[in-house]
Formats: sequence, C-alpha cells, structure tokens
Amino acid sequence: MSNYVLSSATLADGSIADIRIEGDTITSVGASGFVKRDDAEVVDCAGLIALPGFVDLHTHLREPGFEQSETVLTGSQSAAAGGFTAVHAMANTSPVADTAGVVEQVYNLGKAAGYVDVQPIGAVTVGLQGKQLAEFGAMAKSSAAVRVFSDDGHCVSDPVLMRRALEYAKTFDGVVAQHAQEPRLTEGAQMNEGTVSAELGLAGWPAVAEEAIIARDVLLAKQVDARLHICHLSTAGSVELVRWAKAQGIKVTAEVTPHHLLLTDETVRTYDAVYKVNPPLRTNADVEALREALIDGTIDIVATDHAPHPQESKDCEWAAAANGMLGLETAASIAQLVLIESGNSSWSRLAEVLSTKPAEIGKDAEQGQGIVVGAKANIALVNPKAKRTIADGGASKSSNQPFKGIELPGEVVHTVYRGYFTKRDGKLASKGRA
Amino acid sequence: MTKHLLSAADLNRDAAIALLDLAEDMAEVNTRDIKKLPTLRGKTVVNLFFEDSTRTRISFELAAKRLSADVVNFTAKGSSVSKGESLKDTAQTLEAMGTDAVVIRHHSSGAAQVLAQSNWIKSAIVNAGDGTHEHPTQALLDAFTLRQKLHGGASRGKSLDGARVAIVGDILHSRVARSNLILLKTLGAEVHLVAPATLLPSRTQSLGATVHYDLDSLLASVKLDAVMMLRIQLERMSASFFPSEREYARLYGLNGDRLSTFGPTTILMHPGPMNRGLEIDAIAADSDRSVVLDQVRNGVSVRMAVLFNLLSHERAANV
Repeated sequence: MSNYVLSSATLADGSIADIRIEGDTITSVGASGFVKRDDAEVVDCAGLIALPGFVDLHTHLREPGFEQSETVLTGSQSAAAGGFTAVHAMANTSPVADTAGVVEQVYNLGKAAGYVDVQPIGAVTVGLQGKQLAEFGAMAKSSAAVRVFSDDGHCVSDPVLMRRALEYAKTFDGVVAQHAQEPRLTEGAQMNEGTVSAELGLAGWPAVAEEAIIARDVLLAKQVDARLHICHLSTAGSVELVRWAKAQGIKVTAEVTPHHLLLTDETVRTYDAVYKVNPPLRTNADVEALREALIDGTIDIVATDHAPHPQESKDCEWAAAANGMLGLETAASIAQLVLIESGNSSWSRLAEVLSTKPAEIGKDAEQGQGIVVGAKANIALVNPKAKRTIADGGASKSSNQPFKGIELPGEVVHTVYRGYFTKRDGKLASKGRA
Repeated sequence: MTKHLLSAADLNRDAAIALLDLAEDMAEVNTRDIKKLPTLRGKTVVNLFFEDSTRTRISFELAAKRLSADVVNFTAKGSSVSKGESLKDTAQTLEAMGTDAVVIRHHSSGAAQVLAQSNWIKSAIVNAGDGTHEHPTQALLDAFTLRQKLHGGASRGKSLDGARVAIVGDILHSRVARSNLILLKTLGAEVHLVAPATLLPSRTQSLGATVHYDLDSLLASVKLDAVMMLRIQLERMSASFFPSEREYARLYGLNGDRLSTFGPTTILMHPGPMNRGLEIDAIAADSDRSVVLDQVRNGVSVRMAVLFNLLSHERAANV
C-alpha cells in the first residue's frame, strides 16, 4: 500500500494539519510542513475538513435475499461515497441474520467488497419472529464478532423477551438496538397520526406507540443494568423520555435518522411513496426537538436507516408501497446542515455523532478513533463550502431518494478506508481495498 | 376544472357552482323521454373498481351512457389483480385498449392521485372513492341535493352560503365526510361533525368544522338545514370503536324521536347503503324528510356533469 500525506487539512477543532498515513495507520499529525513527506504521495486537502471516517449503526444492505434492492458491494460503495468507513448491516435479510453462518457470510461479503468495514447486526429473535432468542453467543463468538443485536423493522414487544435480550446481550458485551413500535397501536399504520393524517385519510402511526416502548425499555434497562440503544427516535416525546432516562443514569443511547431531521409529514400530501418510512416522518415540532436533542447530546448519534427498495416497491399506491428511503450519501450533509449551518454546534460534535459515538456503541475498536497518531487511517474529507442539489445517480442499486431536488451543504471529496482511497476527488474507487 | 377530479379541493367556489349548474342541465335531460345526449360519442370510459360498490359503479355507468360514451367495467374480483398485477400495469393495460377516462374506486387512500400524477397513463381520472380519503362526486351530489332543497328551481348560480350541515358518524374512516367537509366549506356552508371521540381524528383543529360528541344537544341548539348520516361498518365494533350496536344507535342513530326535533325544513341525508336500525331507523329513513333517493337520482346528473366537463373539454382542445 502507498503512503500518503493529506496536506493542510482542517481538523474538527479548526486547526490546520498535515496527516501522514503509512499503510493502514495514521503515523503523524502535525503543522503543515513539519510532517515528513519523503516517499509519500501528497494529497492537497486545503479547505477540506478531515473527520474520522463515518460509522453507520443502521444500514440495510439487503444481502442475502434481496439483491434486487442492494448488495453488500453496492451498499458498501454507497457508504464510501458518503464518507463512511464502517456500516452495521441490519439483520432483516433472507435468511435472517440470526445464526453465526449468516452473519459470517455478510461479514465475508463485506471483506470481499473492501469499501467499508461491514459489521453485521444479529437478530434478537429467531427469524425476527419475537418468540425465541437467537443465538447471541454463537454470533458474538463468530468471526463477525457481533456486538449489536436488533430485530429492526419489528419491535421486541414482549416485555419478558426484551428483558431477557437486554440481560443476555450484556453477557457478550453487546447491546440491543430496539425498533420502538407498539404493534397493536400501529396496526395498518401508514403515516404519522396528526392533522395531516386526519386530512389524508391514511391510518395514523401515533407518537405514543414509539414513546410507550421507549418508556418501558429504559425502565427495563435500569432494572437489569444493561445497555439499550434506541433506533431512529422520531418524536419530541421520545426525546423527553431519553433525556429523563439519561438523567437517571440509565445506560441508554439513541439515534436519529437524517430524514427525521429534515422532512415532515407534510410531504405525504403528495402520496409519493418515496416518503413512506417507518417510523413515519413526523411534524415540524418533532423535527425541531430532534435537532435540539442532537445538539445537546440527548441523542447520541446520526444513523441513516439506509433502506433501499426497487422501483416497483415505490411506484404504486401508498398503502402497497414498502417503507424506507436511501440515506448513506446524504447523511453527512444533513448533519452539517443541522449542526454547522445552523450555527448551533461544531465539527467536533459532527465527528462525534457520525463516527466516535456510533463506533463506541457498536464496539468497533478500529473505527471512530479520531485523527490521531496510531489510529487506523479511516478519514472522511469534506468540502464544507460545496452546495449540491440532490439528484438520482448515487452508488446505491436503488433510487428511492427522498431528498431529490433539495440543496444540501457539504460534499465528501475523499474517503480513506484503512489507508485506501475508496473515494478520491469525488469519484468512487473502481475497486475496493484488497 | 382541471384535467382530473381527484379531490373536492380541486374545485374552487366558482368551478363548483358552475359544475352544479351543469348538473342542473343534466338533470333536465334525465327527465326527458329519451335520456341521452350525443356529446361523448366515441369516448371510452373505464370504471376501474378495486372495491365492491354496485351503486357508485352503476351511477357512473349510467352517467357515461347517457352521454353516449362507451363504458367498460373492470372489477378487481376475478380479474388479473387477484393474480398480483399492480395498479400501474392494470391501468396501462386498459389504456392501451384506448380509454379516455378512468373512474377509479380503490381501497388505498391516494390511489387516484397516484394514478393521475404518475404519468403512467394519459386518461382523465375521476376519483370514485379512495380508501378513507375522498369521494368527491358524492360530495357534489350531496351539495346539489342540498342546494335544490334550499333554492328549488332557482338553484342555478347559487352557493350554500349560510347553510348549516351536520355530518354524523364514522368521520375518521369516511371519505364521504372528508369530501363533503371540503366542498361544503368551499360553498360557504357551516359544518358540524358529530361522533364519539373514537370515530374522530385525534387532531381535528385543522379540519375547519365544529366538533360535537353529543348529537341531541346539537339538534337542540343549532338550526340545521341538513343532517347527513354516515354508514357505520360493523367491523368497527369488534375493533372497539364503540361497544355495541345498541349503544351506538342510542347515542348517534337518527330515529323517529330525533327526527321529530328537526326544524320544518331540515333534510335528512345518507350516502347509502343504509344500516336500518343502526345509524338510521326505518321511521327516519322512510319519512318525507329523507332525501336519500334524491341523492341517488342526483348522483347520475352530477356524474354526467363531471364526465362532460373532463371529456368534452378535452375534445375541444384536441380539435
């Protein structure tokens, strides 16, 4: 592998530095001109912000089983295009990632693709059926070393099963990532329950269905002293509950998706199924609360819930359409919009929510280490001044792009994954890291 | 009117009044010996019904036939839809055979709008009921019926300014209620919604209507021009929206006793089919206040006006 010096990059704290990469490791970070160049290829990074490579705790790569939507390769490429160097692949594949065999398969496909670390998430219950615990131990001790368990798409609604899952995950230093959705309260639900659903005649998905599960689960986590992670928090009430739980010292972390930070249920008036997602897009008041919580630390991370679907799953009437939207290639821009353009936060916070904290929650030892000597060379270089209007044509195999036509700030110029440029000068590498 | 009729909100006040006036002309045709106009000869209208509705389908069919259009009825049962064909493919297949208008009834809210905005097909689209969203031609026939009762032979050009209408029943799941609410407000009427809280949206502020839980106190306090009863679907009871048929009928059913509190000109409406003994009893349904059959009759005239507007306009534009 080559050695590089990323020259005159701006670090998250605002200082300007040269970053030397040897092999897959950062070997020197210092004032421009004071870092040894000798054999290294110098990449001019003046004006670019160097951030630790992004880590997505919530990605749907769809393989095995749904390769018409996405594969581990195309999803990895989309991730690299968005500045990610690691993704956690959700378990709702076919077969479900509920055994050591399946998680190892996904892990190996990720290695073969070579664009990001693909860290499989294990199912909490066999077949996501909510009946019987999956073999956490086998998955944890497999070569995939699973540490995050989730039935995402399905809520672990049985309180006893959820308690056991929290306790059992603790045995393997793992965490349960809960999709908080009370199933009875959301039967047939199509969109946020509120004034817009009242007008559109679409069955409502009430905030209480999310909040009731979060309230129960933080109390369960307290009872058994286990870690709990809450997927895609979407309501102002959920923010209040997490804020309360953290004040009690409960070990809870929470994520918010880029789309819940930007879009509202007003979009559903178009009946365009590209806006159909679970949990649904909420109101402007919820968006405001989520943004504030991301800034003040109540919400720990941004996670994409990147959910590719083929055209036929969206090109139909609303009720027949699938839930989910793309997110990997726009996540950093939306985080920048919320944290930086608002003037309310900092690049250091952006590095935390997109890299350091998700790596910590997911126990990715070689991710989110920061731009420091000895760290793995996982780096995203962002041009903060760029403006881009989102269009079709990303690296994902699918095109269910909800931000089409919206102008967003910032652009990932280079992505360095373990010392290898998976994206350079805005272009995705034609092959992954060997 | 635009190219399609998807929502009662597609009509502004002037367009709605003009359409009701056109329906008056059509009503005249319907009283003649030969109930037929040559206007849409050579045009083909498809009734694309993904949900059972004999009366709405027949009403549209008669409307199209009285304008001399060719009519094809497509019902989901026993069709290719049961073999898993999508809305897109079904619509494109029918249009490939040469249709000019698609009258669509679908169980999914927004289906008509999706069909219209998707560029899948070029035909004019008429929403004949989409899920629990809207049913604009029902609202038009209700407005037409009410306007005739208020103004009789002098209806042309008139709005519903100042009229007071109560809509009673399953507001939450009713496309009839949604379209009526929009159109009645457009035409200047004051709308009262009456239902138990379980059968109302949990947020009603944006609806622009007065919400009541108690039917009797509304009947006692407001001089209503029309009381519109909605059909209650019995499966709502098993889903705990209300405890029993008896309790619902007792609190919200329009019976002879409640009918006797009506003012001298108040009319009783129902979109049909009626559950006699539940939301309406036989005394009320068969009384001289009931305009249910006028509504059915006017439905044909109003749908003729809608099809005429969408298709004859298109013909003029193509010439």
